[in-house]
Amino acid sequence: MGQEIIAVIGTTLWMIVGIIGIFVIYLAVSGLCYFAHNLYSRRKESIKGYTSLKTVTFGDESSVTANRVASIAAVVTLFLLWGIATGSKLLPPILPGPFVGDTSFEYTATNATGDTANATVFVRVHAAANKKAEKPTITGDGGAGFAKADTVIVPERRTKIIKAQNNDDGGKEAGFKVTAINGQAIAPKQTVPFKDGEVYMTAKGSLSVRPATGVTMEALYLPPPELVWTRFVNVFQNGYLGVGLFENVFWSLIRVVIGFTLGCLFGIPLGFAMGLNSWLRGWFEPIVEFMRPVPPLALIPLIIIWFGIGEQGKISLLFLAALWIMTIAARAGVSGVNIAKVHAAYSLGASKRQILSKVILPNSLPEIFTGARVAMGVCWGTVVAAELVAAEKGAGKMIIAASKFQLTDIVIIGIIIIGIIGYGIDVLMRIAENRLVPWKGKG
Amino acid sequence: MSGLVIDDVSMTFELPNGSKVEALKNINLEIKEGELMSVLGPSGCGKTTFLNILAGFLAQTAGNMNINGHEITGPHPERGMVFQHGALFEWMNVSKNIGFGPKMKGTPQAEIDAKVKELLDIVGLQDFGEKMIYEMSGGMQQRVALARCLANEPDVILMDEPLGALDALTREKMQSLVLDIWKKTGKTIILITHSVEEALLLGERLLVMAPRPGRIHKEYRLPFAELGVGADLREVKRHKDFGPTRDEILNMIWDMEEEIMGRTEDA
Repeated sequence: MGQEIIAVIGTTLWMIVGIIGIFVIYLAVSGLCYFAHNLYSRRKESIKGYTSLKTVTFGDESSVTANRVASIAAVVTLFLLWGIATGSKLLPPILPGPFVGDTSFEYTATNATGDTANATVFVRVHAAANKKAEKPTITGDGGAGFAKADTVIVPERRTKIIKAQNNDDGGKEAGFKVTAINGQAIAPKQTVPFKDGEVYMTAKGSLSVRPATGVTMEALYLPPPELVWTRFVNVFQNGYLGVGLFENVFWSLIRVVIGFTLGCLFGIPLGFAMGLNSWLRGWFEPIVEFMRPVPPLALIPLIIIWFGIGEQGKISLLFLAALWIMTIAARAGVSGVNIAKVHAAYSLGASKRQILSKVILPNSLPEIFTGARVAMGVCWGTVVAAELVAAEKGAGKMIIAASKFQLTDIVIIGIIIIGIIGYGIDVLMRIAENRLVPWKGKG
Repeated sequence: MSGLVIDDVSMTFELPNGSKVEALKNINLEIKEGELMSVLGPSGCGKTTFLNILAGFLAQTAGNMNINGHEITGPHPERGMVFQHGALFEWMNVSKNIGFGPKMKGTPQAEIDAKVKELLDIVGLQDFGEKMIYEMSGGMQQRVALARCLANEPDVILMDEPLGALDALTREKMQSLVLDIWKKTGKTIILITHSVEEALLLGERLLVMAPRPGRIHKEYRLPFAELGVGADLREVKRHKDFGPTRDEILNMIWDMEEEIMGRTEDA
């Protein structure tokens, strides 16, 4: 326990270093862009209008608007960093990539009697995608004396172990061993660099050939943008595992819409009931207050046990995710009604029913919309998580299936699509809010 | 029998800590139809409680309130209310706000439209019928609140500091408007205010209330409201009795406030 905690602290510290590193790089680029932008825009007329006349802008939130140039530059920077880190073909090579091609090194073998002889190892490093690389040809005599030349094929970024002495004369006798690489002495568990990589000697005297890996990221961890794009086009046209991209997204959305609608349909009346009647408030309060802080994801195991992995389970889960949020929003909407408005309506001769439909309902709409935005966001997150656990179709199902086959590009496509749709939902809700409750915040 | 009869009304309630509060004690009052009465008093004298009981939002613990010969048991359109901050429905435009009362009664739309138009004229908002509430200034909102109340043709209009949140100039205009409406419609108006000048200007009868227990301290009958109809209110304020009456009432309220402060300090 104690050691585990120390390990966690150590990991955390490393993470802090990493996070600082990332921020420093990103901020440094930001600073450079800012500098460049300032140089450029100084020549141009600055922004006009009332805000430009304010002298106190530091601390005045209303005078701080997002600089669109900065936003665009930030996104471009993100893509550039992505391309640079993965050695994208769209950019000129900036970071050294992994070595690919033919190379060779020479080893010196010493036999049991103490004689030495040199031979060459021809190394062919092939790109990861190339599955049919052929053995390199031995050029020249390749070896002298009792040592004979060897060939080895290594995929990029991988290593390969060869027993170079196996084909040498007397190489299997005791006392025969490799003692130097390119003239540099080597012993078991030592490493010697050569032109395009390094050679490591295992404890048993075999040579492990390690071509240079470069510093770019491997496609398994982060594929370059162009690979992601071609994969996107492919998945868009042909689907993945027999399900179209559109179909996957559509099913996720359908689940969210149904679950969210059910949540509103039952949550809003429930919230109103709790806001208008003290018995019902007392009756429902324990369960609402208890269920509200339970993350919907924690319900997934129970939902699977109850309803299986079919649509019923997912829709039930989303219903539960939306229900409590909408209930609480509607209740807050009712309690937020200015009592003077209710009094005014009564004095104007409205009945209870008219008060509910003409005063309480419209007056709680802003709160309900705020709740709906939150609920939609939670539902979208929950549906993806639920699909990760078990689903036939859906955005979450697509990425978890792809991750099992190490198709990182599909995972990234899925994450980007999920992000865009989540953002789109929020934008749509905000537009609807502005249309339907224009009086929000102006009462 | 018409008018408002308040017969020995008291209101006592218990605080969570067990102590009793006498918000109102033995209020006796008779208000004739068409009277304009202002109510004045230091904070905590029960004037808002009094108005809420009249409106039917609160129940008195003793005594009777009768209007037009029947007892007041709850809110009713016969008693219209104008609130300090308008309490308008910001999800409706001005016309719909004004037509709210008749609409609730099921009045035909054409009739409502005619009435709204007439009222917009009276309160001077002819061109603002389609505006939303949040697009209007505080003074305009109060005009809408007045019109909305009048649309229901109440017998009594209760006003709870209706002009308290307005700036001085708007307030003066609104005071003239209240007097106009009073004269034109002949409604009974009961107006609560913090401002002594306003109480003098807008009260044929002026009630000064005193706190702890809330009770009627003194009653005046004043000529200023009658003088102010259609006239310049600043002229009315120059009337020879205006200043002395104002000072007398101010001193009265000053003393009450002093007394409260003293009592709180002792406690």
